[in-house]
Amino acid sequence: MKTSASFPLNTYLLIVLMVILGPLGNVLLGKGMKRIGAATAWNPPEILHFLTQLSRSGLIWTGVACLMAFFAAYMLVLSWADYSYVQPASAMAYGMVAFLGHFLLGETVTPLRWAGVLIICAGVLVVGHTPPRTTEIK
Amino acid sequence: MVEEIVLLLLIVIAGTGGELCVARTMRAVGPAPDLRPATLLQIVFRVARIGWMWLGLSLMTIAFFSLLEMLSLENVSFVVPVTALSYGFGALGGKVFLREQVTGRRWAGVLLVCIGVGLVLMGKR
Repeated sequence: MKTSASFPLNTYLLIVLMVILGPLGNVLLGKGMKRIGAATAWNPPEILHFLTQLSRSGLIWTGVACLMAFFAAYMLVLSWADYSYVQPASAMAYGMVAFLGHFLLGETVTPLRWAGVLIICAGVLVVGHTPPRTTEIK
Repeated sequence: MVEEIVLLLLIVIAGTGGELCVARTMRAVGPAPDLRPATLLQIVFRVARIGWMWLGLSLMTIAFFSLLEMLSLENVSFVVPVTALSYGFGALGGKVFLREQVTGRRWAGVLLVCIGVGLVLMGKR
């Protein structure tokens, strides 16, 4: 059976990848969706038109590629660490999203929102000091 | 506003449900012994034979398209932090659905995350 001491390096490496790729993917999707705009109706022709626009956007594809890489790293970590450990640990990405949204997309981030993001990161640090796995691997 | 609330609920509930299904799948598959391509391919084939994985992917697809629609309405620096509401659902789901032992300290961290989300919501303008 693997113990928590046998996989710390891989765990931290993959979590760093998650923190970078997840926010980058979301920022690219945000930029792409701002260009495409919201779907105006939910009838089949409109949905088809919406999906066609999505499929023609390079920003959306790049964002999806980043999120897929994020997802692969996430699944690997989940194969040896608790879900309730990995999910909050990846929350560091929320700070990164606010940072990238502000500096790359020029979004206005209010002081209250920054405070919220900092508290989210504090929550992540608290969770990071708990053992990665609390249940036995069968 | 109603559309945004519905989208947020879809992102949080379908997203968390999907992740729990994926976590259950990976628990069944077991830990990856190494990160070599051949090993990873074997894991992909094993994962594809588990029903929970397909249910998880379906739920995550719903969450993904809801996220796209939400991103067309609001800024990414608002949308993504707000979706951290799923942390509360996640810890609860991990305990109930996957029978994980969520410690008091971990609950405290999750609570902080939720307070942070509340502030992000209040900071919306």
